[in-house]
Amino acid sequence: MVFKPHHRTVGQKGFHRRTFLRGIAGFGSAVAIAKLTGCTPSTSEGGSESGGEPLKLGLIAAITGPSALSGESIKRGLEVAIDEINANGGVMGGRPIELVIRDDESTPARGVAAARELIEREQVAAIFGGLDSPVSLAMLPVLHELETPYMGVWAAATGITRNDFDPNYAFRVSANDNIVDSFLIRYAKEETGASKVGLVLINNPWGESNQVGFEEWAPEYDVEIVGVERFNDGDTDISAQLGRLQSSGAETLLLVANAAPGAQMMRSLERLAWDVPVVSHWGISGGRFPELAGEETARKVTFVQTYSFFGEQSPVGERVLAALQEKYDLAGPADILAPVGTANAYDAMHLMALALDTAESVEGVVLREAFYNLPAYEGLIKTYEQPFTPDNHDALNEDDYILVQWDGDQIVPVAS
Amino acid sequence: MWPQLILSGMAIGSMYGLVALGFQITYAVSNTMNLSQGAFVMVGAVICYCLNIAWGVPAIAAVPITLALCAALGLVIERWIVRPFARKGSQSWLLSTIALGIIAENVAMLTFGKEVRGYPSPLAETTVSILNFGVFPLEIVIPVVGLATAVGLWLLFNRTLWGKAFRAASENPMTAQILGIPVTRLIALSFGLSTALAGLAGMLIAPIANVSATMGTLLGVKAFATAIIGGLSNPWGVMVAGVLYGVVESIAAGMLGGSYREIIGFLVVIAVLAVRPNGLFGRTNIKKV
Repeated sequence: MVFKPHHRTVGQKGFHRRTFLRGIAGFGSAVAIAKLTGCTPSTSEGGSESGGEPLKLGLIAAITGPSALSGESIKRGLEVAIDEINANGGVMGGRPIELVIRDDESTPARGVAAARELIEREQVAAIFGGLDSPVSLAMLPVLHELETPYMGVWAAATGITRNDFDPNYAFRVSANDNIVDSFLIRYAKEETGASKVGLVLINNPWGESNQVGFEEWAPEYDVEIVGVERFNDGDTDISAQLGRLQSSGAETLLLVANAAPGAQMMRSLERLAWDVPVVSHWGISGGRFPELAGEETARKVTFVQTYSFFGEQSPVGERVLAALQEKYDLAGPADILAPVGTANAYDAMHLMALALDTAESVEGVVLREAFYNLPAYEGLIKTYEQPFTPDNHDALNEDDYILVQWDGDQIVPVAS
Repeated sequence: MWPQLILSGMAIGSMYGLVALGFQITYAVSNTMNLSQGAFVMVGAVICYCLNIAWGVPAIAAVPITLALCAALGLVIERWIVRPFARKGSQSWLLSTIALGIIAENVAMLTFGKEVRGYPSPLAETTVSILNFGVFPLEIVIPVVGLATAVGLWLLFNRTLWGKAFRAASENPMTAQILGIPVTRLIALSFGLSTALAGLAGMLIAPIANVSATMGTLLGVKAFATAIIGGLSNPWGVMVAGVLYGVVESIAAGMLGGSYREIIGFLVVIAVLAVRPNGLFGRTNIKKV
């Protein structure tokens, strides 16, 4: 290879003043036309239907990594709602909503950095959160420092909404661990007839936080916790721990774990040939629980969700299902990645739009107050009548949870 | 409860033993080890999963292809990751093989993905009852394969001419070379054999442990621990140590709870080494001056 000195001379492939000026003029008029017609390019969802300046809202969720499906399902719920809102003229008198998405990779530090970037640089009015409670908890200080409302649509840690910040900027349309724990204990008592339960918890802070909840609620329902067993993510056989619960007389097991360890727990029950009712938090709804546990075994667990697209749908349900099918080319409800993420996000986005309309401002302080004065909203999960009060930042409560089970690779409501 | 704890421990323990045999082989021949053995358990499982489940290659072809690929990787590891350091008398192969394991894990995350996948197998679908305790048939196959491999290796090392050559290469590589033993090639072969064994272990445990990019990490560490307490000098000792380690873990989890499984397990490793520095079945290395 020979090195050739590269001299540019005028008249060769160099700089032409005329071309440059023509380019500038062309670009300028393109921008002008775009502004006139309102076709400004947007980051994700650009509504061209309503003419005002786009109003940016952020989503910080797992877009890559083991929980990537959760991020996609949340995005879909938000986008379907945004399409509806923008088609109806946007918010605050004609401003279309634009969603700006950042990937937290399930890592708290990335979530914190993304929150600061979205608020300070992108100037988003509020931020939607993802599946990982640790990420949401880590973002809270930044959101409060910058006075920006947070809307949780999945992560269920009790401390996200029931935090020590005053004023509290964290709102949620999703489950709350503490309420789920009470719900599961009540189900164990009333439906499986258990007065003695055993806890099987993943060995991490999420497991711990639910242990606190279970221990708080067990006496309320006159249920005795006869054993608490922990196991790790990679454990292949936890029959030793389950054997302890069996000998201490547990009549129903309460499970808190994600899909892969949860599946190992169910397979270990088979080793003991112990036919015991298992009631689970929603961790097993992500991942590939039926593939890992086996379809027959997967069917034996009853777990909690906020919504199911199976069975008879309300008019809103039918409308959202149709929109999802069309927008993402889905064959039916079985193709919806993670129903809770999509359903919670859909309702949360509509509540956010109502709050923006009520506040008539993107100022965090004003927007936060507006959440307490929302008009009634007929949503997907339920009709929300004053979803948030200064004492309660969780729009969903025990009455809104439903019990479901796996049927093949679909999540269907328990026939009760 | 006791038979259950012991049976469950033996099943898990024989997985550790099978992986630990890979450490033993290369150590016996070259005094070096591939510390990414755990990652190659994962590589074996992932390759076989892709061939057999994702691309529909029948198991009868997928298994030998996986073994051959793993063995080939072993040769590459020896040539490029271990030999350049070991030849200079440096111990840097310790770090380079660990680094390779981390690279392998991350490559798997990029290509195979971070999701945990199930490996369907008729041998791990329903349990069979032994002493009133359910065991997946595969959990009986694993110790059988493990013990057979251990016995096979012992016979290879102690009853064949090849074995003599292997031992000569280990005890005095220089003299062995002079006597016409292809020491370099034997060492490469031992690495190929050890990675193939990791691949075999990966395929065997996949239906029980599931397939994921991180499946080999803790397994590799525990296998290394059992190789050390087994004594590294003979294969059946390593296999027995693996089973014992599994039983200790299982009893700890059963008596004290799941949080104590690793704590008690590794405490026992330290205790064994304190009492018997050469491991349970190891021979003292006597250096004749």
